[in-house]
Amino acid sequence: MKTNRRTFVGGMSAAAVLSGSGVAYSQKKYDDGATDKEIKIGNTNPYSGPASAYGVIGKCIEAYWKSVNEKGGVNGRMVKFITLDDGYSPPKTVEMVRQLVEQEKVLCLFNTLGTPTNTAIHRYMNQRKVPQLYVATGASKWGKPKEFPWTMGYQPDYHTEAVIYAKHILANVKDPKIAVLMQNDDYGKDYWEGFKDGLGKDANKVVKHVTYEVTDPTVDSQTIQMKDSGANVFFNISIPKFAAQSMRKAAEIGWKPVQYLNNVSAQVSTTMKPAGFENVQGVITAAWLKDPTDKQWENDAEIKAWREWMNKYMPGANQSDVNYVYAYSVTFLMEQTLKKCGDNLTRENLMRQAANFQKLRVPGLLPGITVSTSPTDFYPVQAVQLQRFKGESWELFGEVLSAEGS
Amino acid sequence: MSDAKKWVLGLIAVALVLPLLKPVLPDVVSDYRLFLISTMIIASIAVLGLNLLTGFNGQFSLGHGAFYAVGAYTAAVLMDQLNVPYWATVPIAAIVCFIVGYLFGLPALKLEGHYLALATFALALAVPQILKYKWLEGLTGGVQGIVLPKPEVPFGLPLSEDQWLYYFCLFTMIVLFWAAANMLNSRSGRAMMAIRDQNMAAETTGIDIALYKTVTFGISAAYTGIAGALSASAIAFVAPDSFNIFLSIKFLIGLVVGGIGSLAGSVIGGIFYVLVDNSAQALSQFIKNDLGLQFDLSAYAVFGVLLIAIIYLMPMGIAGGIYLMWHKLRGAR
Repeated sequence: MKTNRRTFVGGMSAAAVLSGSGVAYSQKKYDDGATDKEIKIGNTNPYSGPASAYGVIGKCIEAYWKSVNEKGGVNGRMVKFITLDDGYSPPKTVEMVRQLVEQEKVLCLFNTLGTPTNTAIHRYMNQRKVPQLYVATGASKWGKPKEFPWTMGYQPDYHTEAVIYAKHILANVKDPKIAVLMQNDDYGKDYWEGFKDGLGKDANKVVKHVTYEVTDPTVDSQTIQMKDSGANVFFNISIPKFAAQSMRKAAEIGWKPVQYLNNVSAQVSTTMKPAGFENVQGVITAAWLKDPTDKQWENDAEIKAWREWMNKYMPGANQSDVNYVYAYSVTFLMEQTLKKCGDNLTRENLMRQAANFQKLRVPGLLPGITVSTSPTDFYPVQAVQLQRFKGESWELFGEVLSAEGS
Repeated sequence: MSDAKKWVLGLIAVALVLPLLKPVLPDVVSDYRLFLISTMIIASIAVLGLNLLTGFNGQFSLGHGAFYAVGAYTAAVLMDQLNVPYWATVPIAAIVCFIVGYLFGLPALKLEGHYLALATFALALAVPQILKYKWLEGLTGGVQGIVLPKPEVPFGLPLSEDQWLYYFCLFTMIVLFWAAANMLNSRSGRAMMAIRDQNMAAETTGIDIALYKTVTFGISAAYTGIAGALSASAIAFVAPDSFNIFLSIKFLIGLVVGGIGSLAGSVIGGIFYVLVDNSAQALSQFIKNDLGLQFDLSAYAVFGVLLIAIIYLMPMGIAGGIYLMWHKLRGAR
């Protein structure tokens, strides 16, 4: 272990480990939120408000810890998971997180959901030196160990994904004329910026760029505008409802471009089926999670185990919702991180262990995709694989692409 | 009257001493609790703004979240772009919001009652979208919002950031409530209330209704805008998602529950707004985890039940309820 910033930040505890007697490592060490019996973990989720569809993630994580505790906990310690509703409102997140850190005294935050909400607490967590682990957002700013050594993302970011599409278009489509449909918010813009970066000097190949608001009823007129621009490539940055509408509309008006669909809407049940399978043949997307509604995973061992777990701990939940696979996979990673900490449950050690995974297999990720982190790499899942829609499911092609997050 | 004055002064004294008890009672008076009280103070100011308009002048607004957002963004942009110190942003936000409120009040003169409520509702819906608009994006940071520095403790005072924030908010609140009380006790205040009670009678006594209504709209917006500016400093971050339509509705809930047309009611409304929202969550967790009842009650369901109970038991708001109880107790003696 070389001297780096993070071990330095650890201050006294790190010094004790390095200079203390040989048994220092086996001694039990605790920060706030950890004892011989219990580990307290905090979380915020939008159980109410405009983004409440994501609330299932918090519920699923809660059930996961329950199943861990029933099996004896993590290294003999029960996990107490405290999840609070922030309604996707940043001021509320600040209030709730301060309650978790200062009143409940949690060891760390885990999978707090949302880009604006996490932004609101980003600096606070780093000033307080409390880990903000595996945040649930696809923005590209969560992996900056130099400025923010206490914050780590989880999923591949939108920016990277869009770069991959851009490169694929330039390499595979002859004389591309690109039309882009974009949701007018942070998520849409992250993709759009990444896409432009990926195109580089070929950014002028975008012949039409149209946007919609999440409150719009349809994107029919945008789709017609894109067709009229004469584009032969369609990059679709939209959530499932609008992705399905636009692809269906494109087929209706006889527009047949090469289609790239963002991963946000890659689910078979919520996008591809409502769009009509006959209308979405050949659409390309990038994936990193196994879609439970995709027939190719029907007999997959991990998905089968997941279904069994779901039946037992989340009875009645909608198993076609990919958010449950997401929550299951990210909580598995958190469990492994806590296990690796052993009896040294300090915040400093927690971050050190989180930044020390080598090719860990996490259930739910696509075959060939693993979790790797290091003191300079705070992007746990970085790889995606392209897939093309065929018949009624996705078909993976090409290699696993791992792009360095910027 | 002097009785009430004594109470107010006593409460202010308690509020002033409270943060200093931190070293003595570290578990009770924590930085987090002081921060929570600061957010209550901010909410009280916002509710007071709405109360001036609705409670004392009889104009309805479902959109005061919009003025709150304008205040917050004015403060944030000034701090972010021009390095204006946080305390100086408060009066500027007040002026900006007064102008915005006054201008909005002009066309709103043509709208009465429910129609005005709808127009303000539309305003609250539009503001988060306008903040994202591409021409304004350079200033507002678009959907990403603006990250701000937290107010620093001045003059090397031995206070924590949260203690200082608390004093800053408390000071602002006292000034604003004092100003509102004086205004309401003056000729103008009586004119405002006359318009609320009997529009036509007020007009025949020579009150310029259009002027009073628009100026009240401006003052009301300024108060709520000040609350927004304070919240920008307290949270140290603004984003369009912070100002959704629920914000306006929560102000209205605070107003009705606290007490329409009552200064004390505004304070109670602000406290209610923060406290009950949080305790509803704690209560629903408690029912599920500690009592072991398998009701998956959402926090909002608990919140709703509490709300109905309060409105049913105290139809004049909590302030009105306390007032009535006080009088009954006195009468019994």
